[in-house]
Amino acid sequence: MNYNWNWSILTAEPYLGWLVSGLGWTLLVSALGWIIAFTLGSLIGVIRTLPSKPLRLLGTVYVELFRNVPLLVQMFIWFYVLPELVGEDLGRWMKRDMPFPEATSAILCLGTYTASRVAEQVRAGIESIPRGQVMAGYAMGLTTKQVYRYLLIPVGYRIIVPPMTSEFLTIFKNSSLALTIGVAEVLYQARQIENYTFQGFEAFTAATLIYLVVTMIVVFVMDRVEAKTRIPGYGVQGNT
Amino acid sequence: MFKKVMILVVTAVMFAATGSTAADFYGTLAKIKETGTIVLGHRESSVPFAYIGPEGKPVGYSMDLCMKAVEAIETELGMDLEVKLVPVTPQTRIPLIANGNINIECGSTTNNLTRQEQVDYAYTTFITGTKILTKKGSGIKEIEDLAGKAIALAQGTTNERAIKENIEKLGVKDVKILSVKDHAEGFLALQTDRVDAYSTDHILLFGLIAKAKDPAAYEVVGRFLSFDPYALMLPRDDSAIRLVVNRTLAGLFRSGEIKDIYNKWFMSDIPGSQALMVPMGDTLEMNFAVQSFPK
Repeated sequence: MNYNWNWSILTAEPYLGWLVSGLGWTLLVSALGWIIAFTLGSLIGVIRTLPSKPLRLLGTVYVELFRNVPLLVQMFIWFYVLPELVGEDLGRWMKRDMPFPEATSAILCLGTYTASRVAEQVRAGIESIPRGQVMAGYAMGLTTKQVYRYLLIPVGYRIIVPPMTSEFLTIFKNSSLALTIGVAEVLYQARQIENYTFQGFEAFTAATLIYLVVTMIVVFVMDRVEAKTRIPGYGVQGNT
Repeated sequence: MFKKVMILVVTAVMFAATGSTAADFYGTLAKIKETGTIVLGHRESSVPFAYIGPEGKPVGYSMDLCMKAVEAIETELGMDLEVKLVPVTPQTRIPLIANGNINIECGSTTNNLTRQEQVDYAYTTFITGTKILTKKGSGIKEIEDLAGKAIALAQGTTNERAIKENIEKLGVKDVKILSVKDHAEGFLALQTDRVDAYSTDHILLFGLIAKAKDPAAYEVVGRFLSFDPYALMLPRDDSAIRLVVNRTLAGLFRSGEIKDIYNKWFMSDIPGSQALMVPMGDTLEMNFAVQSFPK
């Protein structure tokens, strides 16, 4: 292999600045996407467990739609297709005058896609609570809303902390797809460095390390959260 | 006396033995001979150099030149080769050549000195430069008119850098730049009015117009903002394969066959699109004349 290694470009300006700015965009897009994903996903997840059939159908349609279309295709649809469908004026505003059109499309896309996955996790958490508990709740005179508020949601969420951590890490890594619509995040900057210096391996190693460090920090924090929120004696096997 | 004769005979035999053994191939040619396969990298939407035609196969001016080179390599190695076609993008073409995954890149790659640190090039086969594509009536005639407007640029191209440098040098204010992956997306952004202009090598802009649904709505404007000679990309430090490819190209330049190949792709209807109608021009003719090395 004919390759001239040169690690010093990673610490040289302007490339270091590009990586830092890329990291900023990655964190921003992931964080805002996660906020949308968590709130919308929780809502849909709860809706899918409600007694009302039409509401459950609504939730199912949402989840199946957003879960089964590839994320890259969804990015394209949000960025290129949606402005064409909403009518002349709104479309024009979306394409030209809206601030940060690429980042907005990326955030909405990541948010709605991850929401469908969060919804499934929430549904699994709630449905894993024994039916006896829910019946006891109703027998005590709680309304459906109270059953959810005092019983299903507090217990359900504590059960799904580990898969929820996975979803957050996944949205963080999926944010790299935003580069296809022009968001200048970490992977985009790595490619830009490769274009200017042709030191591709160094640039991508840097991007990999950045992703690794951030995900390690998240896992470290979430481990503490999981330990704190675990319900003693509830799980059959868990002892981490 | 007998001793002298014997010395003469032995020397003669030694010379005869070392006379004309088959040349030892090294580098890429050795690898090609060993695997029986030659891998060509091609672009997917660089009309008319290398693009996917209506039948789903890559065709184009660079593809034709590459296939001529493949024939010459087959003759050189004395064997038939299986041709593998690998699509590449501006991002991947240099790493793929540098690590040996593809043997020749047949596309619309500019030959410049920075890239020559990683790869090698055959003789120049086309000359172009950066220009701007825009919709008629947009009021953009030169790069200075981009003030306050939006332009799409393909990440990783020399044109991206040329436009950015010119914007800074000329102090054009308030230009929004949208980064896209390749020409098809840049044109889509222009078509849907997301940007006011798209910029790349001028000949590729003509190719994009010819493939559009409404070619009359677009025009190529502005002066040349860069000098871009195209050439086939080859692995670095491998004079053997470069010689075979250059020999083929010089042969085409000398015999004038290059004119027929040029007219086939630039002056007549091509698969999947109307004719570009871009005449050869003096600079390109001189380029072919100057590179017509004798045998």
